[in-house]
Amino acid sequence: MISLKEMAKKEDLFVSGHEMCPGCGIPVILKIVLRTTKCPLVVSNASGCLQSASTNFPATSWKLNWIHTAVENAAGTMSGIQATYSSLKKQGKLPVDKKIKFLVIGGDGATYDSGLRSISGAMERGEDFVYLCYDNQLYACSGGQRSSATPMGAATTTSPSGNVLPGKLQPRKNISNIFAAHEIPYVAQSAPWIWQDLYKKAERAFETTGPAYLNVLNPCPSMWKAPANKSIEITKLAADTCVWPIFEIKDGTKVTVNYKPKKKLPVTLWLESQARFTHLLKVENNWIVKKIQEEVDKDWEFLISSENKNRTN
Amino acid sequence: MPSTIVLNGNAAAAEAVKQVKPDVVTVYPMASGAEMMGHIASFAADGLIDSEIINMESGHSAMSGCIGASAAGGRVFTFAASQSLAAMHETLFIASSLRLPIVAAIVNGALAAPANMIADHADSMAERDCCWIQIFSENPQEIYDNIIQAYKIAEHMDVRIPIMVAADGFISSHSMENVIIEEVGEVAEFVGKFTPFQSLLDSDNPKTIGSRDMSQYYFEYKVNQLQGIENSRKVIKEVGKEFGNRFGRYYGFFEPYKLENAEYALVLMGSSTGTAKELIDELRAGGEKVGLLKLRIFRPFPSAELREALAGLTAVAVLERVLTPGSAGGPLFNEIRSALYDVEKRPSIFPYVYGLGGRDIRMEHFREIVKEMKAGQEEVVETGVEVKYVNLREAND
Repeated sequence: MISLKEMAKKEDLFVSGHEMCPGCGIPVILKIVLRTTKCPLVVSNASGCLQSASTNFPATSWKLNWIHTAVENAAGTMSGIQATYSSLKKQGKLPVDKKIKFLVIGGDGATYDSGLRSISGAMERGEDFVYLCYDNQLYACSGGQRSSATPMGAATTTSPSGNVLPGKLQPRKNISNIFAAHEIPYVAQSAPWIWQDLYKKAERAFETTGPAYLNVLNPCPSMWKAPANKSIEITKLAADTCVWPIFEIKDGTKVTVNYKPKKKLPVTLWLESQARFTHLLKVENNWIVKKIQEEVDKDWEFLISSENKNRTN
Repeated sequence: MPSTIVLNGNAAAAEAVKQVKPDVVTVYPMASGAEMMGHIASFAADGLIDSEIINMESGHSAMSGCIGASAAGGRVFTFAASQSLAAMHETLFIASSLRLPIVAAIVNGALAAPANMIADHADSMAERDCCWIQIFSENPQEIYDNIIQAYKIAEHMDVRIPIMVAADGFISSHSMENVIIEEVGEVAEFVGKFTPFQSLLDSDNPKTIGSRDMSQYYFEYKVNQLQGIENSRKVIKEVGKEFGNRFGRYYGFFEPYKLENAEYALVLMGSSTGTAKELIDELRAGGEKVGLLKLRIFRPFPSAELREALAGLTAVAVLERVLTPGSAGGPLFNEIRSALYDVEKRPSIFPYVYGLGGRDIRMEHFREIVKEMKAGQEEVVETGVEVKYVNLREAND
């Protein structure tokens, strides 16, 4: 296990000067993930907070080769980059021993929603890339709209809480399972609070031949309406309430749950930590809190049973 | 030795691609050009080309893949038609703004609804402001010749603008004709090696491509980008001439056909010019002073050259395969009329729309247009003349 000291010694490929909000999890996640491979990287970055806040022309925070095209095609763009890499190697135009790793990065909007087709295509084609989703559960860059990653009950500008509606009515899309169903070699979910886990998973993702998917909870104090200095703690609360389980799935079926809270906390603690859920604490909204708890319990039990199943197999 | 083979437009395009040897070809099927991509995939499967073939899951991804592949320093080819070109729309602007010399074959087809996909320029015309060079081809030979020239133009350091080589879907793409296929070595020598200006695979020189650029620089960025397409005017001419010197078939912005001393002219693009030329021959044989101008390059629009070619005429009929709702005539009509605004003696210019969704245009239709054009000269023609529809069914027909 790498120590914080050792990790800090490695070169930072994402440097300061960007315009990310105070308490945003993206720089933390990136500084961990980008340190896990020695290979040169090419990044294809979907439109979103990271792309927008890190490349204000003529400045850039990236000390690696980076491209942004649009929101829904970061994976498809990377398919092309990789194809040139393969083709030039085949033709002897690139040295055979030259190794480059390919990292696609998108927020949940670019991953769960508009980019899904493009990512699914690249995964089906078995391309050798790592996809990193920084999932802050809504469209933050455009001002906080609902995405299919938004959890049930959360108020966003397009699923607000009002006199009739209590925020988003549907549970979030289980994207990790969707990508695992592509039977790609590696899918993992992590969060910045458990940085050793994230480090290890990113390292494993880069070592994997074929598609690897990392779904990382990205605390967004600006849009979650939470204190900026609590963002990492909040992601821990997400794990302790089992709202954001920490797990990995190899070859589509082999599930390992990497963190099991000693005492599973009630979701109300998670809901209370962010003002986007405040309306849920009203008596008339008890029903949805109950439903959220049921959904979380169901997903957690499914995860644990999946892990047990591959043990017994 | 060049060989003459009977090929349809799709096969001719594939032959050009085989000889130009792109590093990457992205594929998303559309019926009108799927055969072209099938041929190219077969070449790769047989080891005749080293191109990586990516079977994409959408037209949008097909162009996104081209952008990535080109930004990584590869020579790139793709194809689009009708709906798949429309699906690429936002990525087309990105490709040209990143100055990537992508070449795409466009098998022109109508846009839904109703579903159709047959010869129609609505797909290309919807992309006329995305800063791509647009070349229109009449027949399989031109498709082959234009794809080869397109790489030399797009990859020129002064240009670096992507190119669409268009041909009419299910007409030029599917009709079999004699096509002269040049020797592969000759073509390779003509096109030259592609030396990318920059590459995402150059790890020693990291760069940020496609950054955010707000009102401080965006305007300058876009205006500077125009230099590429403006510079292409010279390069298109040079390459067309060089191609002719080497292979015997010369190309320019347009092809004048029996335009010398003509008083009347038809102006159009694409496959229907073949039929129109037949009519011109017939009318010329009868002593009528009628000629034709087949436009090859729509973007950049050759206003100055067209002005010179058409200025002395009495009347011009502009025929286009696209509907431009809410506008006084289609894009070709408006561009030509605008080009001729400043000449001392302006010809009368008549807008015609024909062939939408693959509707036939035959000799008798062209004959009727010439007749109408001549008749129009007896009265003063106001600007904003009404668009006439060729071979459109009457109500209850």
